[in-house]
Amino acid sequence: MTPPPALSVRAVGSAALIVDLAGTGEVLALRAALEREIPNGVRELIAAARTLLITYDPAATGHEALAAEVTRRAAAVTGGATGDTPGAAGAALAPLTVPVRYDGPDLAQAAALTGLTTAQVIARHTAPDYTVAFAGFAPGFGYLTGTDPALRLPRRAEPRTEVPAGAVAVADGFTGIYPRSSPGGWQLLGTTSLPLWDERRDPPALLVPGRTVRLREVPR
Amino acid sequence: MSAPAVRNVRVRRARALVILDPGPLTTLQDLGRPGWAHLGVTASGAADLPSLALANRLVGNPEHTAALETTYGGLRVRIDARGADGAPGTVWAALTGAPCPAALDGRPLGMDVPFAVADGQVLALGAPVAGLRTYLAVRGGPEVPATLGSRSTDLLSGLGPAPLAAGDVLPLAPPGGAMPGVDLAPRAALPRDFVLRVVPGPRDDWFDAAAVAALYGEVWTATSRSNRVGVRLAGPVLGRARAGELPAEGMVRGALQVPPNGQPILFLADHPVTGGYPVIGVVHAADLPLAGQLPPGAAVRFRKPR
Repeated sequence: MTPPPALSVRAVGSAALIVDLAGTGEVLALRAALEREIPNGVRELIAAARTLLITYDPAATGHEALAAEVTRRAAAVTGGATGDTPGAAGAALAPLTVPVRYDGPDLAQAAALTGLTTAQVIARHTAPDYTVAFAGFAPGFGYLTGTDPALRLPRRAEPRTEVPAGAVAVADGFTGIYPRSSPGGWQLLGTTSLPLWDERRDPPALLVPGRTVRLREVPR
Repeated sequence: MSAPAVRNVRVRRARALVILDPGPLTTLQDLGRPGWAHLGVTASGAADLPSLALANRLVGNPEHTAALETTYGGLRVRIDARGADGAPGTVWAALTGAPCPAALDGRPLGMDVPFAVADGQVLALGAPVAGLRTYLAVRGGPEVPATLGSRSTDLLSGLGPAPLAAGDVLPLAPPGGAMPGVDLAPRAALPRDFVLRVVPGPRDDWFDAAAVAALYGEVWTATSRSNRVGVRLAGPVLGRARAGELPAEGMVRGALQVPPNGQPILFLADHPVTGGYPVIGVVHAADLPLAGQLPPGAAVRFRKPR
């Protein structure tokens, strides 16, 4: 077993701390471990690409105690962590199939950047089983891990002022779907008509962390 | 996507708030919707949570009851208070937060005290003499649908009721608790020059030493380009010690995020769940209510907590 990667815990004000980890797999492993047994005083766990933000009640715990506990738990789970670790709420949900029309304005550029044909981009993008790693940016916007490394594209240099609702996009190794119209800098490959966010639904988001997601091409 | 407030209801309700003029911005707020960050939903809630909670306590409401958060005064609201038999009655209300001239049918009112409103009386607020956000709680509280357990308007996400507009009618729920039997809640006055304690980090290492010194040594100005998402501050440009992009990471209320222009944004109630620019420091939890009261033009100084 390789030694656990260097880990740093930093204060985020007086009621939160952030843990820097080697990658998304380690973030999800630590989140899953903490969810299984929530340390005293912890309020929320907010996962992101390389970090886990932990908010806490300063009346119930303090930075020193919580940082020590998190470091201990991280060492136990990140040493052998590879890839995605189930454990988040969405893992219990049925896999979600998302119909995608590959009509995005960045599809041709994605092909040019990767040296693939557009048909190959679509084939590679629909092949994997994705996992919702975490959410952010907007209600119901899930970051999907599992994107083919060939489709690891940067964000656009100039973000669009308006990305349409349902846009299916890639950036920084993640796939994402915009739940509603908003500004955005990801590369747009296609569109889905599936409503990803509905406040009257429980849970309101379809992309719940831990859930498996499959993309299926539908005719334009 | 958000549910609008009950608007332009012609039927006169027995007990209701009728918005005559929302002023520059009036929203419904409660203690927010914490616990949904995993779905990309921020907590939102009142920008000055203790003021909202106090307003509710003064009229005998549970602290989580929704109240009106009005920005820079200007609110005019008629309060209908009739019994089930249609006979005119009264309803208790209270104002907290930024102190402003207030009048009920022209008769001056004090802050931080419960007062009785007779059926059909009009409450009018002038511009605050300090601070920015004033809270109006009414006994029972506005009865509008909750989203994810909260009646807060989240301006960034578009969750919750739309900002209030003239003609909106907000029915009042039945009172939930006993009146507290207090006449006045003494509160410290809001300052004109704000001092906020700021814990360094988590990404202060992305900035040069001069930037960190300037953060704590210079006077910052709250600009008018501010809202419930954040306060844009003007001051010396905070220079980076390292270039490159920071992967998006979790954000908290009170974070001082610094975009490439070097001018920090102090995140408030409707901040995003994650952000991509480095955070040089975070306002201490105890000073967050003060941060939610920063009016445009206010001088702000940052101090390291002891």
